[in-house]
Amino acid sequence: MVRFLVRRVLLGVFVMFVVTIVVFVIFFVGPGSADVARTMAGREATPKTVALIAHRLLLDRPIYVQYWHFLDGLLHGNLGYSYYHGQPVTSILKQAFPVTLSLALGAAVIWLVLGVLSGVLSAVRNRSFWDRTVTVLALFFYSMPSFVLGLLLLYVFYYQFTLAGIHLFPGAGYTYLTANPLKWFQGLVLPWTTLALVSAAAYTRLTRGSMLDVLNEDYVRTARSKGLSENRVIYRHALRSALTPVVSQFGIDLGVLVGGAVITETVFGMPGLGFTAVQAIENQDLPVIIGIVIVASAAVVVANILVDAFYAVLDPRIRLH
Amino acid sequence: MALLEVSDLHVSFPTPDGVVRAVRGLSFAVETGKTLGIVGESGSGKSVATQTIMGLTRGARVSGQALFEGIDLLAMSPKELRSVRGAQVGMIFQDPLSSLHPYYRVGWQIIEMIRNNHHEISKAKARERAVELLRLVGIPQPDRRVDDFPHQFSGGMRQRAMIAMAMSLNPKLLIADEPTTALDVTVQAQVLQVMRRLQEEFGTAIILITHDLGVVAEVADDVVVMYAGSTMEKADRYETFGAPHHPYTEGLLQSLPAYGGERERLRPIPGQPPSLINLPGGCPFHPRCPYVMDRCRAEMPPLFEVGGNPAHTSACWLSRDQVERAALRTKVVGQPLAAPAVP
Ligand SMILES: Nc1ncnc2c1ncn2[C@@H]1O[C@H](COP(=O)(O)OP(=O)(O)OP(=O)(O)O)[C@@H](O)[C@H]1O
Ligand code: SF4
Ligand SMILES: [Mg+2]
Repeated sequence: MVRFLVRRVLLGVFVMFVVTIVVFVIFFVGPGSADVARTMAGREATPKTVALIAHRLLLDRPIYVQYWHFLDGLLHGNLGYSYYHGQPVTSILKQAFPVTLSLALGAAVIWLVLGVLSGVLSAVRNRSFWDRTVTVLALFFYSMPSFVLGLLLLYVFYYQFTLAGIHLFPGAGYTYLTANPLKWFQGLVLPWTTLALVSAAAYTRLTRGSMLDVLNEDYVRTARSKGLSENRVIYRHALRSALTPVVSQFGIDLGVLVGGAVITETVFGMPGLGFTAVQAIENQDLPVIIGIVIVASAAVVVANILVDAFYAVLDPRIRLH
Repeated sequence: MALLEVSDLHVSFPTPDGVVRAVRGLSFAVETGKTLGIVGESGSGKSVATQTIMGLTRGARVSGQALFEGIDLLAMSPKELRSVRGAQVGMIFQDPLSSLHPYYRVGWQIIEMIRNNHHEISKAKARERAVELLRLVGIPQPDRRVDDFPHQFSGGMRQRAMIAMAMSLNPKLLIADEPTTALDVTVQAQVLQVMRRLQEEFGTAIILITHDLGVVAEVADDVVVMYAGSTMEKADRYETFGAPHHPYTEGLLQSLPAYGGERERLRPIPGQPPSLINLPGGCPFHPRCPYVMDRCRAEMPPLFEVGGNPAHTSACWLSRDQVERAALRTKVVGQPLAAPAVP
């Protein structure tokens, strides 16, 4: 188990190393040294500043020295400065990250519970009225773009509610959990719902299919032959195995989402990583873009390690070999 | 009264290709403490029949009666049936490799079954009992192996663990569905021995399902021969092996090495079992029967008494006189059945 995890973590570190090389090649080597210095310096820089920056970034030295300098900065949490805000990139990321994390984790919990429960129900009552209802609803939300659902929710629960004098949900923005937990929660309800409904659908289908397979397994029949209650057979015996593909999908989705829920953040005006990334791209704010790319990659890598760890907990055949 | 008395059981599955009639009018009885062998080729409905009795087939149309201690299992509510499963009737399934849950320890699976029926037993006590059961079925170092996962057991050990679990509540009946098919010959013998020992110790009745008549010859008191979902012949072990009436039973026997004369040359019955969606009219065995007559194609024979013995019945139009039947056998098959040494 420990060896397995150590191997996965080492693999993760290696992947991150590759990511830094790719980022370095794309943003520093690709455009050529003159361009990089000019871009880094910002639009209104004098030639002198550009030269200074070129020197500071060691653009006049061999490539491996440049890369080492870049990596050294990364490892010390130094991602440079946003030329647009003038702020250190790390502090921009530190502000944006909790926003995306709150959004992603909350939505993930909701869609996981919703998706798995409706999927189980759908599988156990295969071809019943429930199954059909759940299937239709799942397809409906599955094919709905998140910005449409987001705007729809805003229209009803913000616009119409406000007209009716009910101020339950804010129209945009984000309140930090540490600042005001209630406001934090109110602000997140609609974005959570948007993300969760759109994603839950996929999980309903996934859980249903996986459950239908597992319910045909011999060991589920064994569980029934032992005289166990139907609930125990379904949740303790069948679902335990059926969750495996769900967990791996969940890890991937969550990892991607933590790197920035671009559309949802934009619709609800939440200053998370996705929103920040869109702005950085508009402003050609290179250091911020690089920072977000690295954070997003790290999120995917960490999510994958967590999925593997969870697999090992679920399946003794992995744990013991 | 028999412990379990199944009469006129029908099971069919509606499928896109048509209705699969897996069991058609099956009847048999199991006496307390005795072993009933159910024999038949692959697909003859052995598993479906026994699992249906315990309410384990899904999506099937079922009719008939299965009286367990006088109460019809097929008419029970799911809750009543659950109290029979495990506690009164233990089951072992065909494939030991996939019948245990891969994610739970072997001991945990046995303990779960014990505590599900006896809430008052502590975890520690249930564990002791699990270890005891594993010892009983011959698992080495049971106090350590109880914490193993199924994938750490060999096929034979998994089947023993299944037997230990099925016997954990001292059921009155054990349904063993081809408990030895997936195992190699030496392990087969060991597993059968374990079952026989448990039967002697606890007085458990056993339904032993197999397509291997050799296994039946070793352990069964009575034998039911099934073909295409119906009973072909029912008799005790001596009659089945010494004086079989039904041509299908005869064919099965001839495919055994001990009967063929030359040990090496097995003689499988020529032809294939019929499709259960489009069954042939009349006797279901007629397309493969060396004795086939016009009547066989037209009319399904009911179960007749053979040789004036009410315990021996056969669904065949041939003469029920044992002497005439033997003469006919010599004429058609060309040789009499060599009398086997029934153990
Ligand atoms: N759920 C189902 N739907 C449709 N047909 C089924 C279903 N379950 C079983 N059958 C069919 O019923 C027939 C009898 O199957 P069964 O498993 O009882 O055979 P068996 O005698 O146990 O054979 P084997 O020796 O291979 O185990 C087979 O033709 C099988 O294909
Ligand atoms: S009824 Fe006819 S076809 Fe069927 S087994 Fe008897 S002789 Fe053969
Ligand atoms: Mg079978």
